Amino acid sequence: MPEKKIRILIAKPGLDGHDRGAKVVARALRDAGMEVIYTGLRQTPEMVAEAALQEDVDAVGLSILSGAHMGLVPRIMDLLKAEGMGGVHVFLGGIIPEEDIPELKACGVAEVYGPGTSTEKIATDIQAAVRPA
Amino acid sequence: MVSVKAILEGDRRALARLLTLVENDDPQGRAALNELYPRTGKAHVVGITGAPGTGKSSFTNQLARIYRNPPSGEPRQVAIVAVDPSSPFTGGALLGDRVRMKDHSGDAGVFIRSMASRGAVGGIARATAAVTQVLDAAGFDAVLVETVGAGQSEVEIARLAHTTIVVEAPGMGDDIQAIKAGILEIADILVVNKADLPGAERTEQVLRASLEMGAGSRRPVVTGGETWTPTVLKAQSLNPVGIIEAYDLIQDHRAYLERTGEWRLRDRERLDSELEDLLKEELFRRWVEGKSESNWQAALDALYARERSPYQTVEILLKQSSDQS
Repeated sequence: MPEKKIRILIAKPGLDGHDRGAKVVARALRDAGMEVIYTGLRQTPEMVAEAALQEDVDAVGLSILSGAHMGLVPRIMDLLKAEGMGGVHVFLGGIIPEEDIPELKACGVAEVYGPGTSTEKIATDIQAAVRPA
Repeated sequence: MVSVKAILEGDRRALARLLTLVENDDPQGRAALNELYPRTGKAHVVGITGAPGTGKSSFTNQLARIYRNPPSGEPRQVAIVAVDPSSPFTGGALLGDRVRMKDHSGDAGVFIRSMASRGAVGGIARATAAVTQVLDAAGFDAVLVETVGAGQSEVEIARLAHTTIVVEAPGMGDDIQAIKAGILEIADILVVNKADLPGAERTEQVLRASLEMGAGSRRPVVTGGETWTPTVLKAQSLNPVGIIEAYDLIQDHRAYLERTGEWRLRDRERLDSELEDLLKEELFRRWVEGKSESNWQAALDALYARERSPYQTVEILLKQSSDQS
């Protein structure tokens, strides 16, 4: 009985310890019927890319509240591409200034979600991005 | 298309993709498994089970470190398959075992894969055996399979693993819990984890006493008259204490299995039961495909109306389909 599930990695790269947002999103995506691999705090870009590869995920959600996103995210995108995972849907949440968003999208981030985003929207976006594949 | 050749050459992306296909029971996954099957049967499959929160993931993480840096011999390639439960309502899952397994980043000798149980109730997923076979064929020396947080009857792991470790923590119940049937019976090695917590001594004593009481009731020995006596070991996964001892015991158990012929016996038992499961599934699937809709509806109506019992319904349905063919 073949069964396909959307597999998602939720990771917290960098050094801030605010993981409530990541947990809320992880829980919401679980409730949307997805298999969510949660890595926990303080992940290096290498750890995130390696977990994405081993788990063969369809999407990667990154939560960053430290302000280090311009350093961390392009690095993660490069590593994913180097591993042949460039097609993975990457989304970002946390505290991300408006003016950084164009550059983040230019390096391959599909969506940037600020505080107050509904978790339904995140789930719907992922389903739309991943399912037609 | 996944290349089996790439997997055998150590391509981790190809391996990860094949694991997904196998987990989804995709025809491509089946084809690759057919190709890989002759290469299986070498890896030592070690099951790690126990109640939720006893520290299975942290223990597994530490154990993998010892495989990478053993007290003697070359570093071993180790794969970890970590199973967590799927929601019975949404089918979703939160797979959190990697949180405790951060020590292996950047080490190409370790491969960690999380799996959702997807409705299976035995503590592992339906496809865990097949995933283990792929990792075995890919050349990992050991595959550590961590089950979902198990209660009393999630004992499937004992069929899959050569060596089963049950991880307990202090304060998990009195001596009656320890003599109930189920999970403690399947242990080849019992680990009292979090041994720095109060009550560890007591837990250890209770488990030992329970094992002594049960001496001789274990599975019959195949050859040589030698039996394995399960050992109780105290450990702390965070400090870490007792992990090398656990590793040594696992190697002793492996040597015992090989010496007595039980390795081969367990392998055959596992394959027998795997074949039986597959056959059941496949027969059922084919029967469903070939069944007559009208007969099926009529049988259901009679069942709902209490005219025929479930047993009688099965008899009638089987008779109708054999008459058809």
